[in-house]
Amino acid sequence: MTQEMAAETTATGSAIAAGAGSHAERLASLYPAGSLSISREEGLMLYRDMTLGRRFEDKCAEMYYRGKMFGFVHLYNGQEAVSTGVIKAMKAQHDWFCSTYRDHVHALSAGVPAREVMSELFGKATGCSKGRGGSMHLFSKEHHLLGGYAFIGEGIPVALGAAFTSRYKRDALGDAGSDSVTAAFFGDGTCNNGQFFECLNMAALWKLPILFVVENNRWAIGMDHDRATSDPQIWRKAASFGMAGEEVDGMDVLAVRAAAQRAVERARAGEGPTLLECLTYRFRGHSLADPDELRAEAEKQFWAQRDPIKQLAAHLTGQGLASADDLKAIEKEIDAEVSDCVSFALDAPEPDPSELTRYIWAED
Amino acid sequence: MAETLLFNALRDAIDEEMARDPYVCVMGEDVGQYGGSYKVTKDLYEKYGELRVLDTPIAENSFTGMAVGAAMTGLRPIVEGMNMGFLLLAFNQISNNMGMLRYTSGGNYTIPTVVRGPGGVGRQLGAEHSQRLEAYFHAVPGIKIVAVSTPTNAKGLMKAAIRDNNPVLFFEHVLLYNLSEDIPSGDYVCALDQAELVQEGSDVTILTYSRMRHHCLKAVEQLEAEGVSVELIDLISLKPFDMETITRSIRKTHKVLVVEECMKTGGIGAELIALITEHCFDDLDARPVRLSSQDIPTPYNGALENLTIIQPHQIVDAARQLKAGLI
Ligand SMILES: Cc1ncc(C[n+]2csc(CCOP(=O)(O)OP(=O)(O)O)c2C)c(N)n1
Ligand SMILES: [Mg+2]
Repeated sequence: MTQEMAAETTATGSAIAAGAGSHAERLASLYPAGSLSISREEGLMLYRDMTLGRRFEDKCAEMYYRGKMFGFVHLYNGQEAVSTGVIKAMKAQHDWFCSTYRDHVHALSAGVPAREVMSELFGKATGCSKGRGGSMHLFSKEHHLLGGYAFIGEGIPVALGAAFTSRYKRDALGDAGSDSVTAAFFGDGTCNNGQFFECLNMAALWKLPILFVVENNRWAIGMDHDRATSDPQIWRKAASFGMAGEEVDGMDVLAVRAAAQRAVERARAGEGPTLLECLTYRFRGHSLADPDELRAEAEKQFWAQRDPIKQLAAHLTGQGLASADDLKAIEKEIDAEVSDCVSFALDAPEPDPSELTRYIWAED
Repeated sequence: MAETLLFNALRDAIDEEMARDPYVCVMGEDVGQYGGSYKVTKDLYEKYGELRVLDTPIAENSFTGMAVGAAMTGLRPIVEGMNMGFLLLAFNQISNNMGMLRYTSGGNYTIPTVVRGPGGVGRQLGAEHSQRLEAYFHAVPGIKIVAVSTPTNAKGLMKAAIRDNNPVLFFEHVLLYNLSEDIPSGDYVCALDQAELVQEGSDVTILTYSRMRHHCLKAVEQLEAEGVSVELIDLISLKPFDMETITRSIRKTHKVLVVEECMKTGGIGAELIALITEHCFDDLDARPVRLSSQDIPTPYNGALENLTIIQPHQIVDAARQLKAGLI
């Protein structure tokens, strides 16, 4: 939406979101995405992916508390519409995806098998990073997952490099078929880091095929977005770089999907990058070690009412695209897939200690 | 054979490799239209175009990270640090992603990149432009570090670094770009991991690298005249060290002197001497001696600067004393 439209709708939004904080007010005052049509098949595919993301993460929490996984584990609950909305609007094993430490669900959406992800979290040899990476470092070249990056902002330049390769192959090597697009996911807090600005500049300058997907969940651990940044409307920063910027309801998978499709189309057409700010919320603490004491109950309530999976379910049944039984059947399938990945990971072998120093050098 | 300046040897190597492999590209500040601040990429922009020789904004950490992403997806980028010191701003990308990512990813990705540029203490450039980052980067796993010292090894090592499938930090030296010598013609490629035996000798082994090789050569001239026979080895590979060549020499001379331009604390020599102690303890007739720069920011004043880095007469003194059994 345009900046003028945003200003017009703010007043009405404030009333709806009273007490739930500025982030909720922004969401409530978003200009409605309009009616977004979707086929039954697409709708069920999205529902499946989001449900997998949610139930996989719930299982992670359980396994963490049972002592099966270690270290810092950052769950994605509440933000599923972003991963599914963006990644499923792109081409699997053709386009590229880059994540952060909150990367399990991006990996799943990109097609990395749940077995490989869960094994990695258990540190097993069958993990997508062979047990060397862990929760914050999921990688899969096969599924074009550039990786989970544990340091704030450092994945953005890497994603930019993948977008550069795409353009290089097309324009320097004359490969007309080189039209892959890269999506870089990161949070609101990360938008105050230099690499964010540096890469926005280079992406716009060279018209690189990249989507900067900000998952604005308002919080950077315990730092409120409004206390960390001079202009909380991140999408507006795009204008300074002469690139397309959009804000979208990050709890509405159809809205995210539509925005991603527009951005991908621009990128493939050689029209350059987009900064897509998705207003979203995490339903759990920052990590499984976070007591989550700072966030207001009213704020949590506001966002819980907008659970992206429930919203999609309501849309699908409301539009007659799926029945409650259809959705239950999917949930059952997902539960089976999640239990399967856990038993697979539990039974999987530990990495071979004699291979401790393997994978340092390209030749080994 | 033709007389070639060191910066042209580097340029020729890059040019030849870019012609040989279309995935090889260059990125950095002023590498394109300007031709590189030390002219190492002169005219390559005209020859290969703006994508293959990419002028980047002044954003070291981000364009280094971009090279990582490009390498992960099939390119073979050469990143120029306009001055290697500026790569302090790229420490995160060099360490976390260039160095560690292949391992962290369990072998999913390889990062064939070269990060090159001028390092070392120049002439009164001040503290910030006189850093020796080879020491700072030494502990980073997964990267190779080389330092070139002559037009010949500059050419052969640059070609090897570009062809290597691992990240290579490639140290040139601000004061060596105008060295000139005949260099082998044709496809001349050196081994990245081999030290260079500059001169054979029997009394003392001197281990050095980069510009200090030339200070050592001056010292060796005087030492020879005095009857001290020096075996001079240019380390070339700072990581990993060519312990085979080093050990062989120490088994012959039983005395070792390390001459380096980096600071003493946490320097290249510190690690080298630790390894020598582990590998050659019983072969040594004297404690290993280390001549390093002072542990201070390099001063601007010329006289003070000279006092900060090792001078040939100090090398002569140390080698003389080692031979005489005074150390
Ligand atoms: C360079 C760096 N500094 C600090 C941290 C510690 N840290 C981890 S997550 C985080 C907050 C990030 O917030 P945001 O970008 O909004 O992402 P979110 O966690 O909300 O998804 C911080 C400060 C880090 N990982 N890397
Ligand atoms: Mg956040």
